[in-house]
Amino acid sequence: MSELLGVPSQVLFGQLLLGLINGSFYAVLSLGLAIIFGLLNIINFAHGAQYMMGAFVAWMLLQYAGVGYWWALLAAPVVVGITGVVIERLLLARLRNADHLYGLLLTFGLALIIQGIFRNEYGVSGLPYGIPPELAGGRNLGFMFLPNYRAWVVLASLTLCLATWFVIERTRLGAYLRAATENPTLVQAFGINVPLLVTLTYGFGVALAAFAGVLAAPIYSVNPNMGADMIIVVFAVVVIGGMGSILGSIVTGFALGIVEGLTKVFYPEASSTVIFVIMILVLLVKPAGLFGRAA
Amino acid sequence: MSAHDVAVPAAVEGDGARPSGRTYGVLLAVLVGVILVAPYFLYPVFLMKVLCFALFASALNLLLGYGGLLSFGHAAFFGFASYISAHAAKVWGLPPELAILSGTAAATVLGAVFGALAIRRQGIYFAMITLALAQLIYFVSLQSEFTGGEDGIQSVPRGVLFGVLPLTDDRTLYYVVATIFLAGFLLIFRIIHSPFGQVLRAIRDNEPRAISLGYRTVQYKLATFVISAGIAGLAGATKALVFQLASLTDVHWSMSGEVVLMTLVGGMGTIFGPAVGAIVVVSMQNYLATLGAWVPIVQGIVFVVCVLLFREGIIGVLSRWTKRPL
Repeated sequence: MSELLGVPSQVLFGQLLLGLINGSFYAVLSLGLAIIFGLLNIINFAHGAQYMMGAFVAWMLLQYAGVGYWWALLAAPVVVGITGVVIERLLLARLRNADHLYGLLLTFGLALIIQGIFRNEYGVSGLPYGIPPELAGGRNLGFMFLPNYRAWVVLASLTLCLATWFVIERTRLGAYLRAATENPTLVQAFGINVPLLVTLTYGFGVALAAFAGVLAAPIYSVNPNMGADMIIVVFAVVVIGGMGSILGSIVTGFALGIVEGLTKVFYPEASSTVIFVIMILVLLVKPAGLFGRAA
Repeated sequence: MSAHDVAVPAAVEGDGARPSGRTYGVLLAVLVGVILVAPYFLYPVFLMKVLCFALFASALNLLLGYGGLLSFGHAAFFGFASYISAHAAKVWGLPPELAILSGTAAATVLGAVFGALAIRRQGIYFAMITLALAQLIYFVSLQSEFTGGEDGIQSVPRGVLFGVLPLTDDRTLYYVVATIFLAGFLLIFRIIHSPFGQVLRAIRDNEPRAISLGYRTVQYKLATFVISAGIAGLAGATKALVFQLASLTDVHWSMSGEVVLMTLVGGMGTIFGPAVGAIVVVSMQNYLATLGAWVPIVQGIVFVVCVLLFREGIIGVLSRWTKRPL
């Protein structure tokens, strides 16, 4: 089984795996965007910058404090999540009654500021971040070589996505969240602290992005621009999937990653545009998005 | 988009405040006067840059301020037109007027396609779709051969206008660019104050009501999108000849962000706001150029401050003070 569809199976499965990894990041990022949008009615343009911050915090922890990958995986989302809480309380909370386009503009400005600061401090060439020793190496599956770290990224993202889905759909806290998404005033009247819920939700969404950033750090080099182009692709993913359903975001993210990976094998010129083309097709056929509710 | 709380100057919305012809007459005369004498005080290339961006921002404002639709991908039209115009002038050897016209036409067609796609979704999705479509154009420009990839199309000839007027002299070109700007600006002015513009504002303020009154709102929105894209293209096509360059910067998402910033700073939904915003942002870039990498940070801060404290923009505030729609 050395060739499949006229392509060496090593190449095919290698790209599929890479697609799956990108898909993991799309899934985690679009999930965070969808959760934030649900409660805050804001499209968080800074999401890509916060994903980048996650990677940078992991790098800094290692560089300046000698804290390794596993603790960084825990600490970086917390640190970035706290910055998210501060941003929500200081800035976004003031937009509660404004048109939602202002939220987009504000977070766009934040993204420019965050990316600019990191670019000034660390340049654009990218900083290396090693794979943790426990996950170095890989195994031969017969038809392909599977690097352990890449398998871990897919597994970790999938677990995180499913855990998030479980919390939102199956727990009491999730029920509050869903209720507040439907009707914040009524939920407030029942004695639930909705502003706090909103703040924590934003913090959590941002922490998800940072988690993805830490996962990405050993695969792509840690680079101030790593989130800027990513976020636009994630927007397309969100348009394709629709933000109405949590599972929908997860499935769409992974599926589009795989499609992108396959495109890299069969028609590499289109690999950077294929998701946008799919977005156009979805808009033509099912304007509300694959999992979206009609407006 | 339920844009009921988009910061539009109260004076524009008030029933009693009919747009007064005399105010506009005076302001337009001042504008023309300033444009005529400006090159005697300031560097013409800088002024041409301001004029191109002022037209670009005014085009975006037609869509954003009067249609209530936030396009975060207008760089696609600006940049695509500048590529076509540069290609037409350099490779096809077209005279400048035809080069600009072909760029504008290309942007209009692109606008029709993108507009038809983007208006299929409402509100915040609209912004994301336009951004994603513009990114598609960016990648196509990066990979196509005719755009020159990373190098762009360089040393575009300015040519001879109508076969009689050579444009190599900066000041000559300045007056041509100024004429193009004024033509585009007056077209937008006319559209806003036409019955079409009235309906457009009605749709922005309350789309269900406009539909119930029998207006086909989708067609109005699409028409506005196409006009806006075409004028953005006119600005981009002109800019390609001014700088004799079409490059990836013009199609990048940061350009889309910049033009939104200009509109926001000057005042969304005001006639003169975007032009003022363009002056502010372009001057800021020029004078802060020594700061290099700090420019995006400063722009980001301006974004945040404007959204939090200054949503009406410069002209919006003036308009409220003077109780006149400006």
